[in-house]
Amino acid sequence: MSDTHGHGHHVEEEEKPVAKARPIEPTEDSLDLPFEPMELKMGPSHPATHGTVRILLKLDGERIVHSEVEVGYLHRGFEKECESGLWYQAFPYTDRLNYVSPIINNVGYALACEKLFGIEAPERAQWLRVIASEVSRMSDHYTCLGACSLELGAFTAFLYAVEAREQLWDLHDALCGARVTTNYVRIGGLSMDVGRDFRELAKERLAAAGKLQQDLEDLLLSNPIFLDRMEGTGVLPKEKLIELGVTGPVLRAAGVPYDVRRAQPYLVYDRIDYDVPIGEAGDNLDRFLVRIEELKQSRRMIEQCVERMPEGPVDVDDPHVRLAGKGRVFERMEELIAQFKIVTEGPKPPVGEVYQAVEGGNGELGFYLVSDGTGRPVKCRPRSPSFSNTQALSPMIDGAMLADVIPTFDMINMIGGECDR
Amino acid sequence: MSDPTNDATEPADALVQPASPVLRDLLSRFAGRVLAVSEHRGDATAIVDRAALLEVGRHLRDDAACAFDMLLDVTAVDYLGRRPRFEVVYHLLSIDRNDRVRIKVPLEEEDLVIPSVVPIWAGADWLERETFDLYGVRFDGHPNLKRIYLYEEFEGHPLRKDYPKEKRQPLIGPGAVRRDPMNDDLTR
Repeated sequence: MSDTHGHGHHVEEEEKPVAKARPIEPTEDSLDLPFEPMELKMGPSHPATHGTVRILLKLDGERIVHSEVEVGYLHRGFEKECESGLWYQAFPYTDRLNYVSPIINNVGYALACEKLFGIEAPERAQWLRVIASEVSRMSDHYTCLGACSLELGAFTAFLYAVEAREQLWDLHDALCGARVTTNYVRIGGLSMDVGRDFRELAKERLAAAGKLQQDLEDLLLSNPIFLDRMEGTGVLPKEKLIELGVTGPVLRAAGVPYDVRRAQPYLVYDRIDYDVPIGEAGDNLDRFLVRIEELKQSRRMIEQCVERMPEGPVDVDDPHVRLAGKGRVFERMEELIAQFKIVTEGPKPPVGEVYQAVEGGNGELGFYLVSDGTGRPVKCRPRSPSFSNTQALSPMIDGAMLADVIPTFDMINMIGGECDR
Repeated sequence: MSDPTNDATEPADALVQPASPVLRDLLSRFAGRVLAVSEHRGDATAIVDRAALLEVGRHLRDDAACAFDMLLDVTAVDYLGRRPRFEVVYHLLSIDRNDRVRIKVPLEEEDLVIPSVVPIWAGADWLERETFDLYGVRFDGHPNLKRIYLYEEFEGHPLRKDYPKEKRQPLIGPGAVRRDPMNDDLTR
């Protein structure tokens, strides 16, 4: 069972008119004039649609009568690109799915490949992958919270969040040498091990980020304007969320404790202590608070991992899957041949198909892979949480006020690269 | 492009009596219409005849021993050179029972139509539109079957294996008239 921290707070029952009929019938006190709902097109380049998306709205005054969400502006053929390359060549593309938590995508794809190959990464690599995933999750959440506060007018809070994210990107940098386009994980291991000073660096950066996070909370959670716009907006009942395929913080805020890390533990998530925070009301404020709490839990996880991570290799010792290492390549003929074959032909998994899920920044990120036994995938399909979550935007804002679009869209946290694939 | 072989989807370890109770239940309840089951690397998979898809879907959602309340993903796979050429793939999750199952429906290229599962899982809406967009599978009974990623004037379905990756299509020019999704008779 998961531990739960409910953020119970009272939400006034707000009657939402189920607005379907158009044109709208005039009410008693209105003038009997011909009336048509106003059409408004938000995006694709709207300051509050970070990530390119278009929301078409039909408005009666400020109330949304009907909405449609158009995605696809960032579609770049992820699957087609992966199918034309070798298995290991998909990693840089996975960075660019959810580009604010790139390492989680790397890890998800690597785990799916390893399931397909029937191998497991060594112990140390698994702990490092948990650290890297949680660092990525934190940078994802900080981006989400920061962007949300910015778009609700709180510029200072945004700067705190971005500064906190900066601390985590320094950890990305220490892990793999890149801040955003990480390309860190490999089939059966990692691109590199961390240096000896990583533990100290991680503690230092996490403490700095934690302090900034406290400032962010202090600024926002006592601010009546912020609370007014978040509380009671964007609500959908949990049954509806499940039906629509919504996962991640949005689902947990509605009280469903589904977290892939807890439900189907991968890596070493079953060996570390953490709680799965859930909300009650399922409104935008709960989604915000769930993310705030998840940041604390991620920090707790990383602190445990850097202490308990064992020494050892970070790559599987299998020349059919993983490069032997440059040192030996220069000394021995066999290693040279193995390296040549792996780079040009790629590792070859057995025939079969697998689905492997990990908990991404915004919900269940899964990879469905189909292999025909060659070095190239027949199918490399990411199940992206943003796509299913964004589908729920329309039912969340239909009948609400125009201003509610902003916090609802922010808390869904659509990431274009992942949504549009 | 890869060379799809004819046995690309033959289940790697097909079972007569699967370990998963859901698969055993499907086999006995829908004998002859659940064409095959497999459990490869712990993933339970059932291959279902198209005519039985909706019935199987309702059973999987409503039966208390299944309770697959969430449809995670809908996609297709193109096995060019094999018959039937396409497969539509559904990934289901039961949150309460913490279980997963994969449903696959084989489809012939000449008859690329399948019933929509939107009445069972509302979340299938965008996923089926995406599969239609990229593979050209028609979902019968879908409330709003139109392209979702690509523009309407786009010709072909790019995830099919016979669609060359290098192929370029002109983007619609500034003078092109597009249908407005909010209001079909309105053009701009």
